Amino acid sequence: MKITKHEVEYVAHLARLQFDEEEKEKFTSQLNDILVYMDILNKVDTSGIEPTTHAIDLTNAFRDDIVKESVGTEVTLTNAPDKFGDCFRVPKVIE
Amino acid sequence: MEMNQLTIHELQKKIREGETTSLEITEALFKRIEAVEGKVNSYITLTKESALKEAEIADKEIEKGNIGELTGIPIAIKDLMCTKGVRTTCGSRILETFIPPYDSTVVKKLRGDGAVFPGKTNMDEFAMGSSTETSYFGITRNPWDLERIPGGSSGGSAAAVAADECIASLGSDTGGSIRQPAALCGIVGMKPTYGRVSRFGLIAFASSLDQIGPFTKDVEDCAIMMNAISGYDPNDSTSVPAEVPDYREFLSRGIDGWTVGIPKEYFIEGIDPEVSAAVEGVIKEVEKLGGQCREISIPHTEYCVTVYYIIAPSEASSNLARYDGVRYGFRSGEGRDLLDMYKMSRSDGFGAEVKRRIMIGTYALSSGYYDAYYKKASQVRALMKGEFERAFEACDVILTPVTPTPAFKVGEKLDDPLQMYLSDIFTLSANLAGIPGISVPCGFTESGLPIGVQFLAGPFDEGKLLQIAYAYEKNSKIEKRRPVL
Repeated sequence: MKITKHEVEYVAHLARLQFDEEEKEKFTSQLNDILVYMDILNKVDTSGIEPTTHAIDLTNAFRDDIVKESVGTEVTLTNAPDKFGDCFRVPKVIE
Repeated sequence: MEMNQLTIHELQKKIREGETTSLEITEALFKRIEAVEGKVNSYITLTKESALKEAEIADKEIEKGNIGELTGIPIAIKDLMCTKGVRTTCGSRILETFIPPYDSTVVKKLRGDGAVFPGKTNMDEFAMGSSTETSYFGITRNPWDLERIPGGSSGGSAAAVAADECIASLGSDTGGSIRQPAALCGIVGMKPTYGRVSRFGLIAFASSLDQIGPFTKDVEDCAIMMNAISGYDPNDSTSVPAEVPDYREFLSRGIDGWTVGIPKEYFIEGIDPEVSAAVEGVIKEVEKLGGQCREISIPHTEYCVTVYYIIAPSEASSNLARYDGVRYGFRSGEGRDLLDMYKMSRSDGFGAEVKRRIMIGTYALSSGYYDAYYKKASQVRALMKGEFERAFEACDVILTPVTPTPAFKVGEKLDDPLQMYLSDIFTLSANLAGIPGISVPCGFTESGLPIGVQFLAGPFDEGKLLQIAYAYEKNSKIEKRRPVL
């Protein structure tokens, strides 16, 4: 096995996801199949090859630090699932 | 012919000559939508009321003589491009009620050109899929055979054009999500060079691969749409400040003396015989038009599915971290604490395929596995990119099939992620290399399913793609058919 149920649980926590037992079994087996398939990359010799993370050569795009118009607090809060005054409201963070 | 069956350039002519109005076109379009939408389900959200208003405004501008190439033309938008005041769901429960406070740059450009917006089209959730079966808002069906999928992820945008439910549409292509559904629905679809079209306001899937492009009924319309959406945008620092040519100028130039590369790795075992026969037919036609077809090799092609399905989920797992149920989007129940709320909202808000890819990406980026997966894949990506660069030193364009098979049946591959991933085998490389590609209809199977051919070119050579696609479209004897619905 490339990945165990225990690892699936750990990765799920990193990704802020949770699964029931049946889903965990299914994901473990599907992820395992996918990871086994991905082993074919080991056939490729990549020593000394610089990784490509962007297809087109780009240089950093600098701009002047100028205050521009933004949508504002009221509009920003219109899509909030829960709000209080000018704030997003969330369940308690500290005990 | 009903007005909604015509192309952009045909309608523009009629509008200029006073033979029709935008209101007439838009009304014909909604009549069609009401008749067939129950069968096809191309749209997630219809905006009839505002579309009719936009049409009236366009007609007033036309009366004043302000006619651009898209004035009064109804164009559907894939539901992952933000539209101010109109909900944008990305095909996901997690964004079911999200109403963007601004327009994406492409929508702003089309709006500025006087286009009419009939609605937002269906898609695989977060553009992750090849069949439009993973949408939270139901599946879209292929107008040519309702038992089959339209392709994906931009299946709604493709089906809407094929079923005459819009005149043209916008989609996005991360691994083939424009070219594959265009081929399976018998229309034209282009994925531009990475950086040619602004991604500002496009809900991100895999940021180094995503690109917006058009679906149209013919190649001339594709050029018109490319003229409208291309160009640098200061709001997208990955858009490229290169000059945008008038793409219509390329159309009638012909391809006499061109070298057309046929990569042997794209004619593999397992490819449907009717698909390969149709593509062989295109090769013959290209030679008649004065093109020299020659076999080339892109040796690392066999790794593209693996490279893609490491890089795209890795970028997605990072991009989708923003959906936490705090600032916008779906929040689930009453979590015990913040962490619990995050987990519940994300687990209930995302569908199975999205969660599968977040898991693959998180795993590939996690400590101890990064070098073996993400870094390794990015190195193989560099090798592939180099192979394409060398190929375009010797060829004007490359010609390949778009898909290994015609449209498959609804449900056929849904439970087998690997089989689904393999259906993108011919389209993924263009995204990894950042190059443009176009899918053009090249025939039908015996059972009446459309087949497409793909042309690929070097970075920013969209003009060449339109040039060969137009020459092929004009000279091929492909029968004009419409799906019967």
